[in-house]
Amino acid sequence: MSTTSHAAGSEHDSQGHHGFSHPMPVWQLLAVFAALIVLTALTVFQSKFDLGNLEVWLSLFIATVKASLVILFFMHMIHDKPLNVIVFMGSFIFVALFLGFVLMDAHGYKDVVEPQEAPPAATTP
Amino acid sequence: MSVVAKNAEASHAADAHEGDYLTHSRGFLSWALTLDHKRIGIMYLIGVMTSFLVGGILALMIRAELLTPTQLFLTNKQFNQVFTLHGAIMVFLFIIPSVPAALGNFLVPLMLGAKDVAFPRLNLCSFYLWVVGLIFFIACLLITGLDTGWTFYTPYSTTTEGPVAWATMGAFILGFSSIFTGLNFIVTINTMRPPGMTWFKMPLFLWATYSTAIIQVLATPVLGITLLLLTAERLFQIGIFDPRWNGDPVAFQHFFWFYSHPAVYIMILPAMGIISELMSVHSHKTIFGYTLIAYSSVAIALFGFLVWGHHMFTSGMADVTTIVFSALTFSVSIPSAIKVFNWLATMYKGTVQLTTPMCYALNFLFLFTIGGLTGLFLGALSADRHLHDTYFVVAHFHYVMMGGTLVAFVGGIFHWWPKMVGKMYNELWGQISCLFVFIGFNLTFLPQFVMGTRGMPRRYARYLPEFQDLHIMSSTGAFILGFGLFIALGVLIHSLMRGRKAPRNPWGGATLEWHCSSPPPHYNFASAPTVNEPYDYTPLAYHDEEHGWEYHQPNVRPTPSQSHPVIAKS
Amino acid sequence: MSATEVLDAPHHAEHGEHHHNPFQAHHFDDPEQQYDAGKLGIWLFLVTEVLFFSGMFCAYAMYRSLHPEVWEFSSRFLNPTLGAFNTGVLLFSSLTMAWGVRCAQLRQAKGLAICLTLTLGCASIFLGVKAIEYSHKWDLGLLPASMYTIQSTVTEHHEGISKWLVIFSIIPALCLAGFVGWWVWAWSNNKKAIADIAGPFAITAACYFLGVLFGMFFESGGDKEAHGPMAAVAHATVAHDSHEAHDEHATVGGSAGGHGTANAADASVDKPGGAGLFFSIYYCMTGVHALHIIGGMVVLAWLLVRATKNHFNEEYFGPVDYVGLYWHLVDLIWIYLFPLLYLIT
Repeated sequence: MSTTSHAAGSEHDSQGHHGFSHPMPVWQLLAVFAALIVLTALTVFQSKFDLGNLEVWLSLFIATVKASLVILFFMHMIHDKPLNVIVFMGSFIFVALFLGFVLMDAHGYKDVVEPQEAPPAATTP
Repeated sequence: MSVVAKNAEASHAADAHEGDYLTHSRGFLSWALTLDHKRIGIMYLIGVMTSFLVGGILALMIRAELLTPTQLFLTNKQFNQVFTLHGAIMVFLFIIPSVPAALGNFLVPLMLGAKDVAFPRLNLCSFYLWVVGLIFFIACLLITGLDTGWTFYTPYSTTTEGPVAWATMGAFILGFSSIFTGLNFIVTINTMRPPGMTWFKMPLFLWATYSTAIIQVLATPVLGITLLLLTAERLFQIGIFDPRWNGDPVAFQHFFWFYSHPAVYIMILPAMGIISELMSVHSHKTIFGYTLIAYSSVAIALFGFLVWGHHMFTSGMADVTTIVFSALTFSVSIPSAIKVFNWLATMYKGTVQLTTPMCYALNFLFLFTIGGLTGLFLGALSADRHLHDTYFVVAHFHYVMMGGTLVAFVGGIFHWWPKMVGKMYNELWGQISCLFVFIGFNLTFLPQFVMGTRGMPRRYARYLPEFQDLHIMSSTGAFILGFGLFIALGVLIHSLMRGRKAPRNPWGGATLEWHCSSPPPHYNFASAPTVNEPYDYTPLAYHDEEHGWEYHQPNVRPTPSQSHPVIAKS
Repeated sequence: MSATEVLDAPHHAEHGEHHHNPFQAHHFDDPEQQYDAGKLGIWLFLVTEVLFFSGMFCAYAMYRSLHPEVWEFSSRFLNPTLGAFNTGVLLFSSLTMAWGVRCAQLRQAKGLAICLTLTLGCASIFLGVKAIEYSHKWDLGLLPASMYTIQSTVTEHHEGISKWLVIFSIIPALCLAGFVGWWVWAWSNNKKAIADIAGPFAITAACYFLGVLFGMFFESGGDKEAHGPMAAVAHATVAHDSHEAHDEHATVGGSAGGHGTANAADASVDKPGGAGLFFSIYYCMTGVHALHIIGGMVVLAWLLVRATKNHFNEEYFGPVDYVGLYWHLVDLIWIYLFPLLYLIT
């Protein structure tokens, strides 16, 4: 990353900045975009194989890699203040809390829930 | 901050002749389009007090109807509508914006030593969103027929007649108003502290507001999406919460309480912040355990996210979830108890003056402690099976919300009233109003604990005759309470017209808002104030001729610091 | 507020060559404090957005984990080609947005205007494709729970242009006509400043129809011959990739024939409380996301107007940066929506 910051830094000096703007170098933007497209193709490709339960986790993993690229580079998080990083990442802790408890509970009481529409004969054991 | 430090420039003491924020400019538009946080705070204050009046009248209607076990003047349907609107108006239009939006807007920049909040236009936008939300609720009031309770539980709310979609959209919009206020405060406190204002030199009210703002930003969006889905459910029957389509009503309750339990702390935390100020200033003694109170505010905000399930013990949650939530619920009582002990220790060996704000603060301490402790009964699974949806719950949350938040809010208004309007009020009548509130409140809600344990269910228009004595006690208390609050309102209105001019510092407070004149100038501080210890009262002395407190060594009085460029309007 | 500028002057005198920034608010000490405050503000706003969407992701996770078979059945009605295309479009718009922020920081007003136009255009293409997807599903009766049509009873296959597509296209068509007219007027009256705004707006509106064309091309997928009772289902599945479509077609065909266990499983989820619920969640998630796209387009248009007036420089690029962050978040949400909705086998 040292070359990156150097490149950004030199541009910034030549423009006489006050020190709080970090223009991203063009090559970095294009590289990130290319990586995102490749990952999209990869996720479409992997969906063609029946991987069972693994599939959703794999596609979520690829999506998370893509999201990380967008957050780090397009959203400039690598140049951002630590507070902003904590604020944004903190939101995911609360999302996890919310989803975790609700899912845990929904699976806990699912056996006592009666379906409203009677299941067809073929699926009843 | 190095840039700031370099801006040494002579002070333009121009605000001396431009008048205070109230007289700075005149005309309707100068208020309606103001970006001044103090004026927005005053507009919120008028708004929330009006909402409280409406919600209060509805409450008195409920209590009047319950004087007899049979119908007095409300049909069953009307009774359901009255308690629904009472709850919805009190929660969404009054308590949530009361302390943060009204007092918070006025005080946060002043206490911080900033010129304004970070985003003044967003602040005004947030006020108008509140007004739009209010219009939706007025529509509900006019259409009539909203009878879901303020919680909008499905599947009843998706099948009942009445303007449910209006109410949910109103609450949705009010949610955004609340989010923007919270966002503004977080950014203000993080980025606009003047030099010297470190985190641990901030008044505790700011810590409380900051913690509240965290909840507002994190929890309110979930309410937003819940109400949006509920509106879609009403309009298109999308079925996510509707068992007819295999939707899950318990999921609705999870979604709803993920916001609404933290919202309870949006209601009480700023009130605790007020009490921290009041206790210390009116005891003329440094707050006991500053750091603990500060951290406990943040702890309450974070613990508040872990306990929402205790509203749903009897809703059909899985057994294991109820046990987890019950255990977590007890944890949240620890930071609350820390605060109460610290307030008591603050008064110990202090010079307690029973001024009106202090009377209300003591009132808070008594009522909030009862409210908090009865919450522990409800957090216990076995007791909750019995007490759920009875008057015990009603009494519990009124002790916390009304005995806690409302009483602290009124105390806060009395405390900062001289600063807001520049007028003093009649102390004796203020104290009398507090006495009426205290007696009326306990007479209203103590019998409800008894009724609850004996099985009187909440939200019922008719009841068994054996409860009538207790209901009559409760209703009598409600009217005494209402009378006490009317006296308080009268005291404030009287002070506006006849009150003597308020000194800069009538109580001897050391936080920054007491350093500017009463009422404050348009830009708060002619120059950034020197930040001193917020609860150090030693350099203050009472001046008889001014009826207020002044720094007895002139050089300790905050001098213009060499830091900020001075802003003045020419 | 002009008086405040004068009073800020001493501060700026120190920086010598820089002219005073007219957009610095009076209550901030310097441009950096203003920028930092805005940045924290927008991150907090994004936090609220994340939690806002989390409600729908929670509903999604609940019903998918409880009823995986519903998801498997319903997902075949979504066209992954269109989804992947739209993902690419949004990713490209993120690239142009990030590039636009760079242009604003480097005072390249022209480059910023081009980047914003491209971003707006991509947003329009996205919406055009979505319009095709929505209208196609509505024709098939693939609607939220209460309005869901059981697919094994669908008999007619829609040909030609969907009426829903026409309804969706009214506003973009009006915008296109209006902006082109505005642009022609500005051009003929030699008002270059206005033409610089009207032109990109006209391009944006035109891009919607470009998206519709792309959508039609990918959605039709060459199975015009499909007719009959279950053609609708078959039609949707053919739009998947070919080898899978073969299996699915067999399944669906079996269902129409009325024998075998696979079709019975399908029948048990092909109902308002099954697939209907999937489409409720699908419309909620993609609909709210599309509303965010439209909201983003409004603020992008505002930025474009300001970019043509050359408002942004290395000291004042906050608004571009903030809108950029919002735009990337909308992209982020789609990055998750795409595999979660379109790529289930």
